[in-house]
Amino acid sequence: MRATFVASEVGNGLRRNLTMTLAVIITVAVSLGLFGASLLVRAQVSTMKDFWFDKVEVSIFLCSKGSDTPSCAGGAVTAAQRDQIKSDLEGLRPLVEEIYYESKAEAYERFKEQFKNSPIVDNVTESALPESFRVKLSDPTQYDVVASAFEGRPGIEQVNDQRKVLDKFFQILGGLQLIALLIALVMLVVTVLLIVNTMRVAAFSRRRETSIMRLVGASNFYIQLPFLLEAALAAAIGAVLAIGGLVLMKTIIVDGVLAPSFQFTAFVGWDAIWAIAPIMLITGIALAGLAAFFTLRKYLRV
Amino acid sequence: MILFDHVTKVYANQQRPALDDVSLEIEKGEFVFLVGPSGSGKSTFLRLVLREEQPTKGQVWVLGKELNRLSNWKIPALRRQIGTVFQDFRLLPNKTVAENVAFALEVIGKPSAHIKKVVPEVLEVVGLEGKEGRRPDELSGGEQQRVAIARAFVNRPMILIADEPTGNLDPGTSVGIMKLLDRINRLGTTVVMSTHDSQIVDQMRRRVIELDGGHVVRDQSRGVYGYAR
Repeated sequence: MRATFVASEVGNGLRRNLTMTLAVIITVAVSLGLFGASLLVRAQVSTMKDFWFDKVEVSIFLCSKGSDTPSCAGGAVTAAQRDQIKSDLEGLRPLVEEIYYESKAEAYERFKEQFKNSPIVDNVTESALPESFRVKLSDPTQYDVVASAFEGRPGIEQVNDQRKVLDKFFQILGGLQLIALLIALVMLVVTVLLIVNTMRVAAFSRRRETSIMRLVGASNFYIQLPFLLEAALAAAIGAVLAIGGLVLMKTIIVDGVLAPSFQFTAFVGWDAIWAIAPIMLITGIALAGLAAFFTLRKYLRV
Repeated sequence: MILFDHVTKVYANQQRPALDDVSLEIEKGEFVFLVGPSGSGKSTFLRLVLREEQPTKGQVWVLGKELNRLSNWKIPALRRQIGTVFQDFRLLPNKTVAENVAFALEVIGKPSAHIKKVVPEVLEVVGLEGKEGRRPDELSGGEQQRVAIARAFVNRPMILIADEPTGNLDPGTSVGIMKLLDRINRLGTTVVMSTHDSQIVDQMRRRVIELDGGHVVRDQSRGVYGYAR
């Protein structure tokens, strides 16, 4: 094995086939970039799930004057009904982890805080806001137990699960991730086809060298190695570009734009990027190596 | 050295066999001419020795190995002991004379110290000293064929296969190439050479195997090109 000889063969090969090499680098970069982005979205979804599912509550809104649901036919909630609900909630421990009562006054304070820059505050009075129990569950997926126990009871206007709202949001993110993944898969197929074709052209343009190598008894491995290394090198360059793109995405879009504007939620950290980067690199190199290997087996036979 | 035992070769999509029940033996150190009209099976014979093809029937033994049973990964080791020269030289145009010869050693992983030592030696054997730095297109046909022979011989192979090595050369140049092949043969390498050149065969007076239609029609030690002459 002569490393300098192989290295010079690889260099010559890449230079002689420059346009095809560039095409391979670009498609690898784009397809792996999309692949990495979809993995990043998935990491983002799981980060947000961890963050939010820790905070989600079930809200039990109590009837106030003028509520028009059937369970509020008796007018505003009475003190006895409120106490009964509270003790029933206590009975649901340990599923119910924390119970917090929010009075009309507190609801109004929170509302003012949330919408302090909006004229809507001026039109809302304290009496228009419902009082409520905020309940935190030890297992948020068990929401139905709470809902079926309290929904429709006299004095209760509505039982609300914040998780449902979040689920819809996560579904949208999951859909985006799926689309990115599908496009990435299509692009990866295109990349493989391009590499196969590039290897065919490379093998053809160097058939004089390879036929001499065969005749003087070079091993298959030695004949194919420069080609394999070329494909792997192009893929590695593409993968590094894609990783660079992902780092830019994290710095500019996530840290620069999203995180300052949406401070109420968590975003993926650098650890997610460093977990995804090696996957991208290995996927790229393995894909190119395999595509090249199987093409060469056909075109550079002993 | 080379043994054909009832070898028949039929190519795919062809009715007539290229070689039909050929049995012959070539001993170590022999110089053998393979003659016969185009399509008589000379090239098939040489390709079978190089294991570029496998026989349809029968056995081919080269250097003590039965080639049918030789696994694919051992083929390179076989070819390292067989030098090959062709009518069309098959040199790399963008490499110099010395680089062309060195290429054959580089691709089988020889250390560069060894290459630096043996390349000038073999170029001297073929009479190309002083032309190491030339490119093939700066050389005459005879000189190009000498480079090809140097490349084939640099590993000191047991067998040298020459497929019409003088086919592209004028008679004067051909004589020089034949002298060189004779010299290589005297150094102990078995030479098998296919040719259409009757003059050369008649002058050399070596063993002649004549093929026609895939059959061996004549096998003479110290033969001439044809009876009809």
